[in-house]
Amino acid sequence: METFAFYVFAAIAVIASLLVVAQRNPMYSVMLLITSFGALAGLYVLLDAPFTAVTQIIIYAGAIMVLFLFVVMLLNVPREEPLPSAIAGMLGPSGMRLGAVLSVLLAAEVLWALSRIAPGSFAPEHAESVSSVANIGRMLFTQHAFAFEVTSVLILVAMVGAVVLARKEH
Amino acid sequence: MAAWMPSPALLAHLGLIFVIFQMLVLSAAFMVWMERKVCAYIQDRVGPNRVGYAGWLQPFADVIKLITKEELRPKAADALLFSIAPVISAAAAFAAFAVVPFGTSTTLFGLLDEPMPLQVTDVNVGVLVLFAITSMGIYGIVIAGWSSNSKYSLLGGLRSSAQMISYELSYALALAAVVMLAGSLSLREVVMSQSGYWWGFIPKWYIFLQPLGFFIYMCAGVAETNRAPFDFPEAEQELVAGYHTEYSSMSFALFFLAEYVNMVTVSAVATSLYLGGWLGPLLPDWLAWIWFLVKVFLLLFFYVWMRWTLPRYRYDQLMEFGWKWLLPAAVLNLLATAALVLWIG
Amino acid sequence: MVPLNHFLLLSGLLFAIGTAGVFLRRNLITVLLSIEIMLNAVNLTFVAVGRFHGTVDGQIITFFVMTVAAAEAAVGLAIVIALFRHRESLSPDAFTSLKW
Repeated sequence: METFAFYVFAAIAVIASLLVVAQRNPMYSVMLLITSFGALAGLYVLLDAPFTAVTQIIIYAGAIMVLFLFVVMLLNVPREEPLPSAIAGMLGPSGMRLGAVLSVLLAAEVLWALSRIAPGSFAPEHAESVSSVANIGRMLFTQHAFAFEVTSVLILVAMVGAVVLARKEH
Repeated sequence: MAAWMPSPALLAHLGLIFVIFQMLVLSAAFMVWMERKVCAYIQDRVGPNRVGYAGWLQPFADVIKLITKEELRPKAADALLFSIAPVISAAAAFAAFAVVPFGTSTTLFGLLDEPMPLQVTDVNVGVLVLFAITSMGIYGIVIAGWSSNSKYSLLGGLRSSAQMISYELSYALALAAVVMLAGSLSLREVVMSQSGYWWGFIPKWYIFLQPLGFFIYMCAGVAETNRAPFDFPEAEQELVAGYHTEYSSMSFALFFLAEYVNMVTVSAVATSLYLGGWLGPLLPDWLAWIWFLVKVFLLLFFYVWMRWTLPRYRYDQLMEFGWKWLLPAAVLNLLATAALVLWIG
Repeated sequence: MVPLNHFLLLSGLLFAIGTAGVFLRRNLITVLLSIEIMLNAVNLTFVAVGRFHGTVDGQIITFFVMTVAAAEAAVGLAIVIALFRHRESLSPDAFTSLKW
């Protein structure tokens, strides 16, 4: 049952991400990315991380993607024109040809490296209290308290920066 | 039982999900009737009274009319997104009810081996799941507004979603204060921690400990569901009908359904968090869900009453209220609750 | 239970897809979306390896990565809006005036 769920979620995540990169309409790209995030949240639930799953939906799919959606709608981002030259060998300006080669190289290298490690199996079922929200909160506020406070300053800086950058100049 | 037949527990669970789904749809129909009747009596007239005794069949007549209408779509609208938008709204509205508890465990008069709690599922991060699904509901409105390819829809959709995002913050902070008091994120535990009485007759509901929190939650909830006095994006006088201008027939019905089910969900969560859920005197445990229904009904009546009594906020007044008044109040409420918990607990 | 390799392979694949998006797309917003895909792939790796060791550290790092990603998306989109106001175009090829 769990393997079936894993394959379903993995397939949705990969196909949605491929379509985000491959298809031309930016509005569809944003919606497909939201589906991909939902599939990843399902994978987090399979990994005994319910808090991370819910946080992924709230922050990524619920807030960051709304921001992207607003920008796409307000800037009226047009569909990209398909590249003028023909597909397979000649991918347009030399930058893109090099980029395509590099992406394929990266994918091949990552997959090769990952296929060489020994299959690992997960630690046995730990008590629910280990990955409970209470435990995460405790760790965040004791061991990682400094990082926690710094992220609040980071968010403040990002907010001020975003408002200043997007302001109309008079 | 034969090996291929599902276990009684699974059957009972599926039956419970079916019952909850039907109850939500019926409650939306009931809300249509109640809204028109209450609105009528507030405006000193009678309201629908032709279809059935006191007009109680009116919602079903409305549904038949909506189903038989022609389904239109503007030629320049994006077909896929246009048809998906109401589905997203309705799906999010129904899904949020999955974590709301409305009664203690029941064994269906001894048919089941172990008691089944009256709730679709009791995740231990229930409050966060609620918040997550509410944020997903925004997409239905935004996509509806954009894909209709009409200026009224786009403006209405953008305004409505901006309003929902702004009030989500106060909503979350009010929820956080209750979670602090209860010590758990599971809605069932929050309700159970409100059992008991002070001095024998005042129930230990959180509304008495958090009056400001309750007010903030109700304001944010009303704004989230785009109801008066925060319904400027749907104001007929200004924006035709906002983001659902171009929709007709079943798609429009889905948006309506989503709005009413959202109202029911907000009221149900408010009773679980602040009014003690299904806890109440006199009734035995297995009938406790009646108390839940009574409390939800009271909150829904309050919703309808507010709509037909209060004038609506203008959009900039609405946003100012959300950011400059409600959010600081929610933060103060959280700090005060934290101080209270530290001082007493 | 699914072995750890499967999760790592999946996240490697997602990371590669994200990188391909950054290299190959001619639209600034899609480039930002591809960066989000890469960050998610990294999150998945952290949570999987954290669960492999039976601790909760992976989830804590994921929490911080999500926060940083939110801040970066906000500032990145603000920059895109400011750039769009100047050149009325969202293609990276329109902003090459500093190239030698």
